[in-house]
Amino acid sequence: MAWGAASLLLFIIGFVVLESWPALSHIGLWRLFLDAGWFPTEQSYQLTPMVTGTMFAAIGSIFLAAPLGILSAVFCHFYAPPILGLWFRRMVEILAGIPSVVFGFWGLVVLVPPIAAWHPPGPSLLAGILILTLMILPTIMLIAHSSISQVPTSYIQSATALGLSRSAVIWRIILPVSRRGLLTGTFLGLARALGETMAILMVCGNVVQHPSHLFDPIRTLTANIALEMAYAVDHHRSALFLSGLILMMLVMAVVILAEAFHQKTPYAAAK
Amino acid sequence: MAPLLLEIGKRFEADHPGTRIDVQTGGSSRGIADTNKGLADIGMASRALTPRENNLHGSVVAQDGIGIIIHKSNPIRELGIDQIQDIYTGRITNWQEVGGPTAPITVVNKAQGRSTLELFLQFFQLSTRDIHAHVVIGDNEQGIKTVAGNPHAIGYVSIGTAQFNAVQGLPIRLLPLQNIPASLETVRTGIFPLSRPLTLVTKSPPTGLTKTFIQFAQSSHVHDLILSQYFVPLQD
Amino acid sequence: MLPPNNTIRETGTTVLVWAAAALVTMPFLWLTGDLLWHGWHHISLNFVFSDPQDAGREGGIAPLLVSTGLIVGICMIVALPIGLGTAVLLSEYTHREQENGRWIRTSLDVLAGVPSIIFGLFGNAFFCQALGLGFSLLSGGLTLACMVLPLMIRTVEESFRAIALDQRLSAMALGMSRRTMILHILLPAAIPGLLVGCILGLGRAMAETAALIFTSGYVDRMPTSLMDSGRALSIHIYDLAMNVAGGNPNAYATALVLVGLLFIINLSASWIAEQWAAFHQLPT
Repeated sequence: MAWGAASLLLFIIGFVVLESWPALSHIGLWRLFLDAGWFPTEQSYQLTPMVTGTMFAAIGSIFLAAPLGILSAVFCHFYAPPILGLWFRRMVEILAGIPSVVFGFWGLVVLVPPIAAWHPPGPSLLAGILILTLMILPTIMLIAHSSISQVPTSYIQSATALGLSRSAVIWRIILPVSRRGLLTGTFLGLARALGETMAILMVCGNVVQHPSHLFDPIRTLTANIALEMAYAVDHHRSALFLSGLILMMLVMAVVILAEAFHQKTPYAAAK
Repeated sequence: MAPLLLEIGKRFEADHPGTRIDVQTGGSSRGIADTNKGLADIGMASRALTPRENNLHGSVVAQDGIGIIIHKSNPIRELGIDQIQDIYTGRITNWQEVGGPTAPITVVNKAQGRSTLELFLQFFQLSTRDIHAHVVIGDNEQGIKTVAGNPHAIGYVSIGTAQFNAVQGLPIRLLPLQNIPASLETVRTGIFPLSRPLTLVTKSPPTGLTKTFIQFAQSSHVHDLILSQYFVPLQD
Repeated sequence: MLPPNNTIRETGTTVLVWAAAALVTMPFLWLTGDLLWHGWHHISLNFVFSDPQDAGREGGIAPLLVSTGLIVGICMIVALPIGLGTAVLLSEYTHREQENGRWIRTSLDVLAGVPSIIFGLFGNAFFCQALGLGFSLLSGGLTLACMVLPLMIRTVEESFRAIALDQRLSAMALGMSRRTMILHILLPAAIPGLLVGCILGLGRAMAETAALIFTSGYVDRMPTSLMDSGRALSIHIYDLAMNVAGGNPNAYATALVLVGLLFIINLSASWIAEQWAAFHQLPT
C-alpha cells in the first residue's frame, strides 16, 4: 500500500516527463537557462528568473511563517487561557481551509493597493511573501501544536518540580523534544509554498525578472504554468511542463537536504 | 466566454427538453485543442480562427472590444497610439510626459498566449519582447482590480467588463482610441477600431444537435444573455 | 533567587508568543471581517438552497454545495484508510533508515510540493482520459485524494513516531501481538496527530481550485451521479471574482458560506474527538 503511494509519484513524474518530452528534445535543457528571456511565443525559453522568484517567495514566507506558527502553537499550549487557546486553534484550522483564490482575491484588493501607494507597482515579492505566510502558517502551527501535545507530561512536571521557569521549559525541553514534528510541519509548509499557484498569481505581478528588492514583481514557476497553460500550444505547452518538472526537481533537492538533517532515532527517546 | 455559454446552454436545455449541454472552461487554446482532439463537440475561442486552424470551422456568436483603462483619478482624457506604444515599450515612464501628474506609470499587460494580448500587439504593432510591463495579469477582472487599486496604472481589458465595473463605482475609466470613445455602442456599430469576435469552433461544419445549438446561440433568442455578460450581440 | 537573565528570557518569550498570536489573529479577523462586510447581505436560506442563475450573479449555490460535498467526501473516503494504513506501515513496519522507508518518505515529501495545477493536468490525463471517467466528481475526488495523501501520511506518521519507545516495549513484554499493540495502544495515543492530519487534509481539499478545474469541471448543475461534472465552491468563487463581471458580491457570499462550513466541520470533528476520548477515558 505504501508502495502504491510512492508509485503515484512515479506516475506523475512519468506524466510530466512525457508531456515535456517535445520541449526537451526540440529545445533542450540548456536553453532554459541560456536563452534571452521568457518569450515562448517567440521561441525564447529562459526561466531562471522564475526559479529565483519561486525560491525567494517560498523562503521568505518560511522565514515568517515558521516562527509565527511555532510560537502560536506554544501560545496555545502554555500562555493562553484554555478557552482562548481552543478558539485560537479553531481559528487556525479554519484558516487552513480557505481557498487560495480567496487569499489571492483578498490580497489583490486589500493588501496590494497600500503596497502600491508605498512603492509602486504594488503586486510584488512582498505581497507574495505575506500572502504565502498566511497560507502556510496553519499547516506549521497545527502540526507543531500536535507535536507539542505529544510531549510526555512527565517531562514538564519534572522540569517544573526542579524549578525551571515556563520559558526555560519551553526553550530547553518542549521545543527540542518536539523538534522532528516542528521540522515536519515547517517542511510541509515549505512544500505548500513552493507549489502554491492561484494566490501567487494574483498578487505577485507575474513579471518575469530576477527580483532586486522586495517591491519588485516576480513570477513563480507555478504561476507561470497557470497563467500560460490555458493558451499554450505545442512547444510552449511542453516548455511549461518542463518548468513543472524543474520545480519538482527543486522540491526533491529540498527534500533530500532536509532528510540529511533529520534526527536519527526512529521513535521518541525512552523516558 | 464560459459564463455566457453556460447561460445559453441552460436556456437551450429549457427550450429543448431532453438535451444536455455541459460547459467546461480553460481558455481559447484549450477550446481549440479539445475540439481538435474530439474531447469537446464545440470549442469556445475569444478570437477569430487563425489561418493555421483552417481544419476547423468557426461560428461567431458575439462581439467584444478591447479598451485601454486608467484610474479614475488620473486627469488624462485621451492617449494617442504613439503615446500608448511609448508607454508600453518603456520610452515614456512618467505620467507627466503625457500631460498628467508627476508619477511613475505602472504598466499592466496580459499574459502571453492570450488572445487579448495578441490583438493588442497586432493593433499597436508591437512584439512581446518590446513590452516593459510592471504587472502581468491573467483574466480581465484581475486587470480591472489591479488598475482600480493603483492610481497610476494603465491597462487594457474587455470593454464590456470595464464599462460595467465603472458603472458599479469602481475607480476606472475607459480611454477613447483614435478619438472614438470605448463603449459597447461603438463596438456594436463597428466603428471602434479594436474589436474581436467570440467564436464557437467545431471540427467540421456543424450538423444535428450541434448545429441547432449554434444556431440558437447566434439567434436573437439569446441577445439578452449576451448583453447581460457585457458583450455585443450580432446584428441580425 | 532566580538568575537575572531568566527574567529577560521569561518576559521576552511572553512578549514574542503573544505577539505571534496577535500577528496571526489580525489577518484572520481582517479577512473574515471583509468577507462578512461584503457578503453578509447576500446570504439567505434562498442562497443556500437554490440554483445559481445568471452565471452565478443571482440565485444560490445549492448544487455547488452538493458537488463540493461529494468531491471532498470521495477524497476523504479514499485518502483516510490509505493514509492511515501507509502511515502505520511506515512507522511500525519499516525501520527509519531502511531503504524502502526512506524512498517512500522522500517520494511523499516531493508529492507534497507538486503544484496543484500539475495535479489537475495529471488528474485530467489519468482519471478523465486514461481511465475514462471524464469530467466527473469521481475524477475530482480521486485527484484530490492524491494531493491530500502525502500531507496526511506524513502528519500521522510523525504522530506515531512521537509515541515513546517504551510503550511499544511494554506492549511486547506483555506478549501483545503487533496488531493489538497498534490498535489498542498506539492508535489512541496518536489521536491528536490523526485529527490534525484529517483537518489539514480536509482543509486542503476544500481549498483546492486549480486541480478541480481540469477534473471535476465547471458545470453548475445539480449532480445526479458521481460521474457527473460538478463545480466546487472554490471554482465558483474564482469564476465569480475573476471571470464574471459583477460577480463580486456573490463571490464574497460563497466564500462566507465556505468559511462557515469549515467552522461547522471543525466543531463537529472536535466534538467527536472529545466523545471518543471520554468514551475511552483518555486524558484530553
